[in-house]
Amino acid sequence: MSSAIPLRLYVNGDRYEIAVEPRRTLADALREDCGLTGTHLGCEHGVCGACTVLVDGQPVRSCLMFAVQAEDTSVRTVEGLAPDEERLHPVQQAFWENHGLQCGFCTPGFLVLIAGYLEEHPDAEEAELREVLSSNLCRCTGYQNILTSTMCAARAMRGEP
Amino acid sequence: MIGARALRIEDPVLLRGAGRFAADTIRPGELHMRVVRSPIAHGRIRSVDVTPALLLDGVVAAWTHADIAELPAIGFRLTPLADLLPYRQPVLARRIVRYVGEPVAVVFATSAYLAEDGAELVQLDLDPLPAHLDADAEPVAWLDAEQATWAAGLGHQLPAQDSQATAFTVEYGDVAAAFAAPGPGYRVIESDARIGRHTGVPMECRGLAAVYDAAEQQLIVDGAAKVPFWNREAVAAMCGLPPRQVQVRETHVGGGFGPRGELYPEDVLVTLAAVRLRRPIKWIEDRQEHLVATNHSRGQHHRLRALVRADGVIEALDAAFVLDQGAYVRTHGATVASLTASMLPGPYRIPNFRVRAQVRLTHKTPAGTYRSPGRYEGTFARERLVDRIAGELGLDPVEVRERNFIPAEAMPYERPIQAMGTELVHDSGDYALLRAKVWEKFDLDGVRRDVAARRAAGELAGFGFAFFVEKSGIGPYEGARISVDSSGAVTVTCGASSVGQGVDTVLAQVAAEVLGIAHDSIRVVRGRTDQFEYGRGAFATRLAVMAGSAVSNAAQALADKARRVAAHTLGVPVEDLSLAGGKVLVTADPARALSFGEIARLLDPSGAAELKESPGLTADGWFHSDHMTYPYGLHAAVVRIDPGTGQTHVERFIVGYDVGRALNPTLVEGQIAGGVAQGLGGALYEEFRYAEDGTPLCTTFMDYLIPTAMEIPPIETLITEDAPSPINPLGVKGAGEGGTTAVAAAVAAAVDDALGRPNAITSVPIHPARIRGLLT
Repeated sequence: MSSAIPLRLYVNGDRYEIAVEPRRTLADALREDCGLTGTHLGCEHGVCGACTVLVDGQPVRSCLMFAVQAEDTSVRTVEGLAPDEERLHPVQQAFWENHGLQCGFCTPGFLVLIAGYLEEHPDAEEAELREVLSSNLCRCTGYQNILTSTMCAARAMRGEP
Repeated sequence: MIGARALRIEDPVLLRGAGRFAADTIRPGELHMRVVRSPIAHGRIRSVDVTPALLLDGVVAAWTHADIAELPAIGFRLTPLADLLPYRQPVLARRIVRYVGEPVAVVFATSAYLAEDGAELVQLDLDPLPAHLDADAEPVAWLDAEQATWAAGLGHQLPAQDSQATAFTVEYGDVAAAFAAPGPGYRVIESDARIGRHTGVPMECRGLAAVYDAAEQQLIVDGAAKVPFWNREAVAAMCGLPPRQVQVRETHVGGGFGPRGELYPEDVLVTLAAVRLRRPIKWIEDRQEHLVATNHSRGQHHRLRALVRADGVIEALDAAFVLDQGAYVRTHGATVASLTASMLPGPYRIPNFRVRAQVRLTHKTPAGTYRSPGRYEGTFARERLVDRIAGELGLDPVEVRERNFIPAEAMPYERPIQAMGTELVHDSGDYALLRAKVWEKFDLDGVRRDVAARRAAGELAGFGFAFFVEKSGIGPYEGARISVDSSGAVTVTCGASSVGQGVDTVLAQVAAEVLGIAHDSIRVVRGRTDQFEYGRGAFATRLAVMAGSAVSNAAQALADKARRVAAHTLGVPVEDLSLAGGKVLVTADPARALSFGEIARLLDPSGAAELKESPGLTADGWFHSDHMTYPYGLHAAVVRIDPGTGQTHVERFIVGYDVGRALNPTLVEGQIAGGVAQGLGGALYEEFRYAEDGTPLCTTFMDYLIPTAMEIPPIETLITEDAPSPINPLGVKGAGEGGTTAVAAAVAAAVDDALGRPNAITSVPIHPARIRGLLT
């Protein structure tokens, strides 16, 4: 084991000066060193996707990335989606309106995945989005309401009624 | 408000990532616990040496069984048959390990990483013994007299015990006489049905964070789920504290489905360590641990024998099943076996019935309940039998079912047996009506014709369906307190628990309906033993019925109290007042009104004394029930089989379900859809498999396959309210489990149809290799 090394992380526009062991995962650093516990750990082997965050805009399993690898990148977590305390991100709003969550544990991973994907692929259609959603696991909803929420969010983000 | 598709009040917090799940409680100075688990399925413990772990910087303590030898085995919460006591699990293994994953030692360290490092240094010296894995095989020697006596904890000596923990028979009528003297044209039809071992697997693994607050002299346990009140009593007893010194608090819970929230060895270790070490203790299970440590379920093998008239009416059913219990009997006692037995007849009359249950130990992870316990298994067995009866008699499977249904005019229908310790009375239902409605809404005759045409064109497409009865709303009680503060804000405090299903929203809707306010203005407090005195828990689909009715009663009492105070203050009779918009107003002159806040202020202790009322605008409500309520439904599937891979694709899945009264149809549909997805997992993908030496082969999400968005079709639902429950004030029946119950049965029937091979599928999950075998 080696001792902690200093690390600067940029998360949701804020700068965090922390010190981590090289083996510390990005997920643990976000949760425990930055206090951002909205990123959840569901399997710690990269399958379930609950820990998904955006690193420089790309969806990443934060359980499979070391915190030190995120140095000088821009990280976005579920806490960084909503613009303010009053309003939700369109994906969050769509999940609320379409019962896209039950227990809410996998939800941050889905929200971040979808927000990231729709920002890069605003015209994505249903079949493509279903395949994107299949990268994460949910045990409560049976996925249909997540897909419906995603389609609604896509329309909202395109400015359609 | 009741019946509205109201948005959930839980969601804004969860959507922002602001929830507090078990791992999200982070306390300064906390120690992390790591469990050292048995790497072998069966063996004698020669020694466990924690010294190397203790020498590691950051490791604070490490325990083996010797350090907790005074603790008894973990007790039963439900169905506590005396036979089962010797099979209870010790908190840490003593003398013998009995499954891969059994806790043998624990290490406490200043970080989760160091705790894991320390755990790897613990030296286990184990003598392997042969693993017994086949519950169908004849029972083997299991416990010596010393272990049996210790685990039972009865204070007297017990003899050695074999691997059949218990066997019992549930029966009515006279099965032997019926089979001995069959009428003319009667047939005996037999079938065999197996359900693979699988379980709930919530997305959040288990976890607990406990601290002993020396200032308050309280042991605070965060991260509880499902049954916090029961666990408070159990934890207090284990830690040698009176219950008033233990606060068990449910925070957010990342899915339950049965396994999560029961009292496990780890829960005892975390809380005991908080008391002993006087440091905050945290334990967060990882997924690999979860798949070997948290309750498995479902592994059952059924053999059924029916005496059937030529018209398909079942005259007698003689059944037996073996439940693969795994290595110990945990908190559920004999619940799953008991429910399998009592719910096996389902929607059918079956005048003569007998079922023999055998609960048998194997060197696998212990088993407990999973969503629709006993019914998923029994429904698969029974509905496969009914399909076989139809096939052998050349009758339509719809016709056979309808001829056997308990008729609507026979409701309430008492079956002279018990379910979960209550008399089994189908409280209401019109099974034939639901069958007809589903058929019409989804044009299932057309669907059948369509798949037949596809088959004729060479495709392997099939349709199948199954009917079932669920149960919900077990008592004996639930309570709620509603209080209004001086600003008029309403809080519902109750003993209910949430595992993520939307309890807060539904209870708020019930209160809002009575009080005439918006549901999203209400705060719901639940699952906290420091906030309410009694709660029975979130299981058996009981909360909409039990807590919903308690909240309704509390809200009525609060409304009455508010009206009395307003009547006195406004000088009008109580009958002239109504509630709306957070006010009590004179119905004929709505400008004359008192807000809830004003009434609450009038009821401060001084004012209340003058009004001869108890202080505060607050009221309690209770609901008691001796009987369960019985929702019922129909599942239908359309499948397509890939002849090359043998893979089954579910194209459509249809559910008709009568819930008496849907408090929030969106949430009911959500429960159904999620339940179907889990049912499909058990039907097609999920199974815990073991190597010959008892090594589990499914310990990651690469080998234990949870369905993704690619496997689950849109779930088409018809929620009906044709049979309100007569035994609760809301008329509601629970919606939590009916999405799961008949999935395996319906999919199996559809696969038979696709293959054109009646009775081909007698076990689930339906592996592609099995299909390939049937195709060649």
